[in-house]
Amino acid sequence: MAEASVSLLAARGVGFAYRDGHGVDGVDLEVRAGEIVGLLGPNGAGKSTLVRVLSGVLAPYRGSIRIGGRELSSLARLEVARALAVVPQETPAELPFTALETVLLGRHPHLAGLAFESERDLELARAALARLGADELADRPLAELSAGERQRVAAARALAQETPLLVLDEPTSFLDLRFQVELFDLLREFASEGRGVLTVLHDLNLAAEYCDRVVLLAGGTVAAAGEAAATLTYTTLTRVYGTEIYVDLNDLTGSLVVTPLSSRARRKLAST
Amino acid sequence: MRIARAPLSPRRLAAALAAGALVLAAALAAGALFGASGVGWASLAGGLDAGERAILVEVRLPRVAAAAALGAALSLAGVAFQALLRNPLADPYVLGVSGGASLGGVVALVAGVPGAILPLAAFAGALATLAGLERLATVGGRLDVLTLLLTGAVFNATSAAAIVLVQVLASREELHAVVAYLLGRVPVLGGGALAALGGAALLGALALGARGRSLNALALGEEGAMQVGVDVERLKRGVFVVGALLTALAVSWAGLVGFVGLVVPHLVRRLFGPDHRLLAPLAALGGAAFLVVADLVARLAMVPRELPVGAITALVGGPFFLVVLRRRREARGG
Repeated sequence: MAEASVSLLAARGVGFAYRDGHGVDGVDLEVRAGEIVGLLGPNGAGKSTLVRVLSGVLAPYRGSIRIGGRELSSLARLEVARALAVVPQETPAELPFTALETVLLGRHPHLAGLAFESERDLELARAALARLGADELADRPLAELSAGERQRVAAARALAQETPLLVLDEPTSFLDLRFQVELFDLLREFASEGRGVLTVLHDLNLAAEYCDRVVLLAGGTVAAAGEAAATLTYTTLTRVYGTEIYVDLNDLTGSLVVTPLSSRARRKLAST
Repeated sequence: MRIARAPLSPRRLAAALAAGALVLAAALAAGALFGASGVGWASLAGGLDAGERAILVEVRLPRVAAAAALGAALSLAGVAFQALLRNPLADPYVLGVSGGASLGGVVALVAGVPGAILPLAAFAGALATLAGLERLATVGGRLDVLTLLLTGAVFNATSAAAIVLVQVLASREELHAVVAYLLGRVPVLGGGALAALGGAALLGALALGARGRSLNALALGEEGAMQVGVDVERLKRGVFVVGALLTALAVSWAGLVGFVGLVVPHLVRRLFGPDHRLLAPLAALGGAAFLVVADLVARLAMVPRELPVGAITALVGGPFFLVVLRRRREARGG
């Protein structure tokens, strides 16, 4: 564990409200170098809103957000884009570019004015595609790719941005199990290079397996936060998600296994 | 199936621009040499007599220059609005500036403003529309693209209705003049107007081409573009103003020449890819060539009568638009 490592992202008391009053409030969150932090919580908890606030798309009405030690509101868009790359939930299918051209958009914050992408930019883009096992997609139009393939291209685009911090919003929603594991192995590797990852996740098993720490949001505020193993407990999860959730350990691997109880399982438990 | 292409490089950009320049040069030569009273290759080889020289220098050259500037401006306005609305089927007339220009021109016409000043009145109408649109579509400090599109449609519909009212109140001669005014045609431009239109097209091509990488990123959506470092609000406003000014100039001096702004950018995308660093300058060259040729057809199709060039571009553009629409549907499997 890299205990005394650098803070890449630090949010203190962050509040943002849409016009209808929904939003997030009083959110504290930190990502340090070497860490994967999971942002978890039920639908409508404010996870994606928080991602927009932390990436400078939405301006908070209160609180402080520091990226690499500097206040987010004082940074130009280009500076933010050199510090933090976002993998969105979905990439528009109407994008007219090939996969490689899309990944090259990640080089935008590093190119000045009229500059064209250099050989190095192209190499970085190809390498990023390769790290996501998507090299064979390079010359295919994005519009012809499946949602899962587009998601991997989006992740490659964020990698090509070469930022100290990656923020992912539900990066596995369209990925099959193999690519889920491969993506998170890659994120682990990314973190071990001294960088940081913040990821929104619905899959609590993935969160338990890969996240160093988790932040559980509910109703726009932090309901629980801390080390994954200490936070993902029966009591906390059942309270936050409003449904009974069992947590035990896999016999073979020792990994946490999170199981939401179905009504059938609940009936079975009641009868024994 | 589309052909796989390598990402844009300076070399590919230069090659494409050279090709575009050649096509434009050929179009300009054809436009200048041919017409109802042909100058033609034969007489060119044998030297020009005084009459032919006069036709070439005083009639044909200003005409092809005006057609080229107009075509470039319209094509670029199409590129600008397509990027802004993130829809390749947008055209220069969707955002209502054209409606404002037409209304301004028609009102001035019926009010008896002399012909030379008419385009200025139209331009004033277009500028007023531009300013009004920007105000109305600014929501919470942000230019809201959907509001802009809807407001533009309303502006167009309202000015069309106002034009109908003016027409009803107009005399028979005025009515004829209004119809002629609204028809798209290649105008006879004075030096100043020609320089303004040509200069605007040149600056527009440079401005949009120079912001090419940011315009490419805008295809990720506004949020996605921000996250790769694009100042989206500034970009949107800039692109809107460039497209609207080009449209305003074109409509004020030439009336409504349809489909150039739709067909040409689409063809360029098909042939050379969607990168705006290439799309903007090449669409300008292509638009210029397209309108010079369309104007040549308009002059030659029914000699001695001359057809309005807007009718030619719409006759080509209408069916083309439908084919594109169907292709898009099929590509989506819908």
